[in-house]
Amino acid sequence: MRDWDRVDFGDLTCRQFVELVTDYLEDELDPDVRRRFETHVDGCPGCERYLDQVRTTQRTLGRMPLDALSAGARAQLMTAFRDWRSAGPGRSSS
Amino acid sequence: MERTEEQLVDALRARDERAFAELVDRHSPAMLALARGHVSSREVAEDVVQETWLALLKGIDGFEGRSSLRTWLFRVLVNIAKTRGVRDKRTVPMNLQDEPTVSPERFQSAAARWPGHWVRFPRPWPETPEHLALSGEAFELVQQELARLPQQQRLVVSLRDVDGYDSDEVCALLDLTPANQRVLLHRGRARIRAALADYFEAAS
Repeated sequence: MRDWDRVDFGDLTCRQFVELVTDYLEDELDPDVRRRFETHVDGCPGCERYLDQVRTTQRTLGRMPLDALSAGARAQLMTAFRDWRSAGPGRSSS
Repeated sequence: MERTEEQLVDALRARDERAFAELVDRHSPAMLALARGHVSSREVAEDVVQETWLALLKGIDGFEGRSSLRTWLFRVLVNIAKTRGVRDKRTVPMNLQDEPTVSPERFQSAAARWPGHWVRFPRPWPETPEHLALSGEAFELVQQELARLPQQQRLVVSLRDVDGYDSDEVCALLDLTPANQRVLLHRGRARIRAALADYFEAAS
């Protein structure tokens, strides 16, 4: 059994910890708070998991497939392109 | 062979239709996602994307390529979307107060043995991140939750985590201070994490 009384939580509660996660990931914590944050996460499996899950969330967002433009909107754009091309001053001939 | 962005822009200046189509296909999905952060319907978002491309055509001869094309497109798109967004209001007031991002009931009360510490550790998620990222259901859930975020949070999370912009670029694009940008990112990410956590908890 783990002796929780002897764990160093960096003088942070878990409730405080979760509000510091983004500043930590953005590398915006003061050195002192950063040390306490890291001490806490080393001692607290719940917060370690929380931090991991935020990172996983971030990764999942980064891999999200994005919707393409609808075929109709794309076709309209290509028509607009042709109009622009035939009207535009960039054409030497036509 | 695939053409570089620079070659495509040059070709577009020369009125090359295929170059235009290639650029549209390459950039429109991210533009659409960004536009959806500003306006309420997909239709309006598509209009905004189209308008942005038309603005590029109009301005292509003056486009100097000092910024990357994507940054240029995004900046113009945000401006167009903002004017549309005024007509099409769905703005949620930005609340930067320190409302907690994790429900207070998850933590022990002042009278408990460990005040402020977890009542119960967050449950482990069943799959590895790689697995999770590939699961369509998780993507769907994340997409839905993203759409439910207040506008500013949604924009910041989309730009930072979906599109991969860094904080300086996002601050410039959305006219935010670095501190506000971080608060919005913090709240948005926390909500999406919470939605995934609830989902996994219900599934287990």
